[in-house]
Amino acid sequence: MTDALIAITVLWGFVFIYAVMATMDFGAGFWSMIYIDREKTKATNIANRYLSPTWEVTNTFIVALVVAVYSLFPTAAYTLGTILLVPGSMILLLLALRSAFLVFSNVATEYKKPLTYISGITGIIIPGLLIAVLPITHGEFVDYGNGLTQLNLGRLFTSPNVYTFIGFAFSSTLFLSSLLLADYSKTSEEMDAYRVYLRDAKIAGPISLLMAFCIMLTLKEEARWIYDRMMEDLPLLLTSLGFFLLGGAGLFLPNFFSKGVKGMPRLSVIAVTAQYLIASYVYGKAHLPYIVYPNVTIQSAFTDPNSFRAVFITYIVGFAILFPGFIYFWSLFMHDKKFLRQKTNPNQ
Amino acid sequence: MDDLLIARSLFGTTMAFHIIFATIGVGLPLMILTAELMYQRTKDQDYVVMAKRWTKAFAVLLGVGIPTGTIAGVQLSLLWPGFMEVIGRVMPLPFQIEIYAFFVEALFMSIYVYAAERIAPWMRIVSLILVAMGALASAVLITNVHAFQGTPAGFRYEDGKYLDIDPWAAFFNPSFFVTAGHVALSAYVTGAFVVASVAAFKLMKSDFGSRVYKLHQKAIMISLVVGGIASFLTALNGHESAQYLHEYQPEKLAAAEGLFETQDHAPLAIGGFTDRETKEIKWAIEIPWALSFLAGNSFDTVVVGLNDFPEEYWPPLFVHTLFNAMVGIGSLLILISLLGIAWKKFLKKDHFPKVFLWTLVASGPLAVAAIEFGWIFACTGRQPWVIYRILSTAQSATTAANLGILFILFAFVYVILGTAVVFVLLYYFRKNTVLDDLQRAEKKSVPLFSSNS
Ligand code: HDD
Ligand code: HEM
Ligand code: HEM
Repeated sequence: MTDALIAITVLWGFVFIYAVMATMDFGAGFWSMIYIDREKTKATNIANRYLSPTWEVTNTFIVALVVAVYSLFPTAAYTLGTILLVPGSMILLLLALRSAFLVFSNVATEYKKPLTYISGITGIIIPGLLIAVLPITHGEFVDYGNGLTQLNLGRLFTSPNVYTFIGFAFSSTLFLSSLLLADYSKTSEEMDAYRVYLRDAKIAGPISLLMAFCIMLTLKEEARWIYDRMMEDLPLLLTSLGFFLLGGAGLFLPNFFSKGVKGMPRLSVIAVTAQYLIASYVYGKAHLPYIVYPNVTIQSAFTDPNSFRAVFITYIVGFAILFPGFIYFWSLFMHDKKFLRQKTNPNQ
Repeated sequence: MDDLLIARSLFGTTMAFHIIFATIGVGLPLMILTAELMYQRTKDQDYVVMAKRWTKAFAVLLGVGIPTGTIAGVQLSLLWPGFMEVIGRVMPLPFQIEIYAFFVEALFMSIYVYAAERIAPWMRIVSLILVAMGALASAVLITNVHAFQGTPAGFRYEDGKYLDIDPWAAFFNPSFFVTAGHVALSAYVTGAFVVASVAAFKLMKSDFGSRVYKLHQKAIMISLVVGGIASFLTALNGHESAQYLHEYQPEKLAAAEGLFETQDHAPLAIGGFTDRETKEIKWAIEIPWALSFLAGNSFDTVVVGLNDFPEEYWPPLFVHTLFNAMVGIGSLLILISLLGIAWKKFLKKDHFPKVFLWTLVASGPLAVAAIEFGWIFACTGRQPWVIYRILSTAQSATTAANLGILFILFAFVYVILGTAVVFVLLYYFRKNTVLDDLQRAEKKSVPLFSSNS
């Protein structure tokens, strides 16, 4: 592998991790808003119990992603910075409101409802804007005139392809987060909440699959090059579809391990994550070598080799140092039965 | 306004807003840690209650500090793509390593707050130390990028190309340690005096000798000790920062001092205004020879004046006032700490006079103001360069037009966040009084740290 290929793989890894964590994060915020009046099911409690300790860590990944772009591919950072000014600023504004009001809603308990509404609604718009970065990198909305690179917002917001991406972001946010929360509430033995999230996952799953098909259809019209390259990996795409079906089966089958419970949410979470992993690998591979089609490629944008080496070493050292921290964090908040099964959450 | 000016204003506003939360975010963990350690030593519940209440305030401030920091980080690429292209190529390490510091802070902050009651006391202290170190490291590292902007190193610049890049040499650029030290120390100053402000205000509102009164008095004392040490070190280190300016960015020092004529035995000008037309400083108090001595430790030191530079390289001249204000506040804070500690420890009085308490109330906002003045001085005083003598601000700016609407939107969101955070803090601490927390701390069965009603 060339250095540039290693670098783009690292970047892709960050994108994938952030995508999964962000869908869970924004989705959980949305569900906590939706179920705020249904106190009996504890669905809101469960969402908050997941969200409170994790949102900060999730947010750090978006910073890591941006930093990775400019330290690995500085020239691409130049182009992306220029064309993403407007969508990027929108994301930042919504993110600021969302994070701040999420924290406020947990502190100012009397105003919990309006504050949760602000953070829930701003939060659910963000994935749609984030994913719009993908079609923008396909190049057809970027104008190169008299030496200036500019994003054509008019064309961007009239493109069916962009809307299918947005729809996909929205539905898969709901899908992945309800799957995760189903699993989380089952571990916490909150069976009412579990049934609620299981049902939501059954609804959101097929919609997100439909959206994925629509993306392919519109991609064929608007960005033929990437469509064709993705179709070269049709077997992988079909495998990904297979994992989706496995995930779906996990929602409907009776549980092998605990009697009388429907569904195996852990299996679904793993299968669906595998589905997204494979699909995004196919997409990422088809995207290569372009970062922004057709002018910016991974080779043309690649950083200085000395800098790359130094950055890469910090990745290894940083990961080695942080890994135990992540494990400890995980064991405290995702694995500790006492925490998960607390009867009343003091932060409510 | 032209687009460049709007871009500068927008970025400056973002930074000015973020820095308030970020600085307190570095300073407060040290105060919390001090309180926790005091508790371990004295077993006095009051310190646990302080730690809990400051942690709560810290968590709320993080809710604004983190998203505005995220804005700052991303806006650098959106508004200054030319700058970040160079930084990405030459100076990626601080940003990269900073991510790890952010992770450490985020992970252990959540552990300290949400798992406080489930982990051992020593683990709580360890988590807190890691939070404080993470915050400190992120400040030091981001400041390093700023240091690099003033004293770029680690590459050769020829015909618009960056050659022979050595990212570690860029990382250890000449002013890294001085600048980072100054920012870290001044953040501790700010954390301590912000606490002192609140405690002094609350002390005046509580009955003399009551439990609550005593708690606030203890809080004032630890703030004065931490703040006193930090502000003394800040001043020492600030002196060194000025000597670095003398060596590396002489026109910035000249503008800060309003010095036009290059001379030895140069005078130090305090106050007054710099007049561009007559090229002199008006209404200032001048201390003969002092500037030469401060800049180079000897009266013979030749200090370069603005006349030696073409006028288009002059920084804006109002930085003189910003510099004076920062140094003035710094000196005042040292004085306040000395007076307070002497009053309590050596004169053994148990009442602070009203004037002193009101001065303490002002000290927190003044420290924050000093931070703002210092940064605006440092960043605006670098103009017209974004990387000193290498890359101009105009060259690095985005080519997008119509930034005005974005400026309005961001400013609007900062107003919302700024107002909301004040209301939330007031609301929370009115609902959960010191007495409530004292009672919770006494009843071991009631969780203190995660309590909230
Ligand atoms: C509580 C805040 C605070 C206080 C009391 C002081 N400073 Fe400061 N100063 C800062 C907060 C600050 C800062 C915000 O942290 C700056 C802005 C950029 C930087 O590197 O640190 C700064 C910058 C800064 C610079 C410019 C560095 C540059 O442009 O590269 C100098 C020369 C000084 N300071 C000198 C002093 C002196 C002589 C002080 C004497 C008491 C002093 N500062 C007190
Ligand atoms: C946190 C406190 C800071 C404040 C209040 C602050 C303030 C400002 C202001 C007011 C400007 C506009 C200057 C002008 O154009 O006249 C500016 C510019 C800038 N600052 Fe800072 N700054 C801060 C920290 C930093 C740091 C840590 C960095 C390094 C990463 C940095 C990098 C820049 C850049 C790249 C510009 C734009 C180009 C320029 O005008 O030079 N700033 N800042
Ligand atoms: C010297 C001035 C600065 C200091 C002292 C500082 C310090 C901090 C600290 C302590 C935090 C943690 C949050 C908190 O405690 O409030 C933070 C957050 C953040 N800062 Fe700043 N910062 C400064 C300037 C900047 C600049 C110029 C940038 C942009 C490059 C930036 C980017 C960020 C980001 C992205 C976060 C959020 C991290 C996360 O997602 O967890 N900061 N900053």
